[in-house]
Amino acid sequence: MPTTVQTATGTAQTMVLNMGPQHPSTHGVLRVMLELDGETVVKVESDIGYLHTGIEKTCEAKTYSQVITLTDRIDYLAPLSNNLCYCLAVEKLLGLQVPKRAQYVRVMLTELTRIGSHLVWLGTHAIDLGAMSVFLYCFREREEILKILEFISGQRMMTSYFRIGGLALEPPTGWLERMQRFLNMFPSRIDEYETLLTENRIWIARTKGIGVLSAADAIAMSVTGPMLRAAGVGYDVRKYFPYSSYEEFDFDVPTRTDSDCYGRYLVRVAEMRESLKIIKQAMEKVPAQGPIRSEAPGIVPPEREKMKTEMEALIYHFKIFTEGFSPPPGEAYQTIESPRGELGFYVASDGSPKPLRVKVRAPSFVNLQSLPKMVVGRQVADVIACIGTTDIVLGEVDR
Amino acid sequence: MTEKADVQQNPTVLGLRTWNAQAVLEVCEFRGEITVVVGREHLYSAAEYLQKDSALQFEHLSDLTCVDRFPMEPRFELSYHLVSISRRLKVRLRVRVPGSDPVVRSLTDLWPGMNWHERETFDLFGVRFEGHPDLRRILMPEDWEGHPLRKDFPVEGFR
Repeated sequence: MPTTVQTATGTAQTMVLNMGPQHPSTHGVLRVMLELDGETVVKVESDIGYLHTGIEKTCEAKTYSQVITLTDRIDYLAPLSNNLCYCLAVEKLLGLQVPKRAQYVRVMLTELTRIGSHLVWLGTHAIDLGAMSVFLYCFREREEILKILEFISGQRMMTSYFRIGGLALEPPTGWLERMQRFLNMFPSRIDEYETLLTENRIWIARTKGIGVLSAADAIAMSVTGPMLRAAGVGYDVRKYFPYSSYEEFDFDVPTRTDSDCYGRYLVRVAEMRESLKIIKQAMEKVPAQGPIRSEAPGIVPPEREKMKTEMEALIYHFKIFTEGFSPPPGEAYQTIESPRGELGFYVASDGSPKPLRVKVRAPSFVNLQSLPKMVVGRQVADVIACIGTTDIVLGEVDR
Repeated sequence: MTEKADVQQNPTVLGLRTWNAQAVLEVCEFRGEITVVVGREHLYSAAEYLQKDSALQFEHLSDLTCVDRFPMEPRFELSYHLVSISRRLKVRLRVRVPGSDPVVRSLTDLWPGMNWHERETFDLFGVRFEGHPDLRRILMPEDWEGHPLRKDFPVEGFR
């Protein structure tokens, strides 16, 4: 509530300003309560939970395979990262090995999702700061990515393409050509965004030196992802605790030391280029033929043809889709590098076909906590830049 | 679960045992993940040791989660997932809390980022964190009754 502050001309009252939950620059339904002394932020408090849908509770009433469709809806800008993380967690719980071919396809598609997610971030962040045209360019390329995802999985956004033990479907013929066309086109498009922004004086004025979050503060606040890397800490789960064959790929982890909004912008742009490198390598590695699911009767559904001709396969099919499968009692915690930072799934089993507990370590939720550290003492307009550069998805913050 | 030899040789487990052997109640390994169970009264000091020790340096607290094992007692199982960025180590620190007195000491002094994690756990499970600066509901509405992720919370609501 308003407090009295000392100013140069005497005493004055601070003002409390409610930003959100319907403010477009809060990227969803985030409510930020700002206490202002003139234009300067004295105190800031975020109010979340407007999009709380109880996904973690719902998971406890679904079988392990059914949960996959829920994970899409947590971070709706990077559904494949969530699919991957959940599947890896359950596979760890089961002790299941996934064929290399499926692993490479997973890497390719999650990196493609990362580019798509960064494009949405760049577009909306730029529009927040007044650069309208960048938004249109970014969404043009994102549309291409969504078309590729639709071509491969049948769905533009809520793909549910990764399943426990492998992939949902064999990728369609011609998918590698589609990817190749995108790879040929995209590097010049990144240059295009950079010509619009990197040396743009207004962009620099709005982002350079704004929202500084030092490395020590970032680690204390458990901040991960591009925010942490822009502060000079090269923590990337893909490098530190590799999963899904990431150790076989040659890529750099872009870091900056300026710890501000501009640094985070440069890190994310560089990450898009690195993702292209990974996709290119994965396309060379991925075998044209081979299994896309592990051999695990009773866990991975049998092929359609087998199900119709073999009695055993039919029984397994029936059991998987009526009752589900039961992992051994135990627990697994798997983290991956999602576009927003360290995404984690904790899955605990009590030996029944439904999970005892599913917990999502949502990077947006954790990163959003650092907002007061970035904006207190700064101007109101900087709050918009800071919320934008945190790259939150409210579906993931509230779950 | 029986303890394997390589688990005892794990630097984190060795470190914790040398620091205070009484505090470590149980060590287990499942699918390559190491869980160290400590007594409730030793949680803060064990976490502080793991964070500050120069050979371990668990500077990143990745996650806090709770599992409700109702009707078993102690029903709440709090798991702190710690990551050492400099040493590339991972460990799960665990405390068991009874349903009659679900209180543990807050770790916000060590990791200010624990603030929202602890608020979430309080909101959804009703576990209280002593010494937390601002223990309020975070996801559910302020006037909500009960803690929805508890196993005895009726899924259709109380009324």
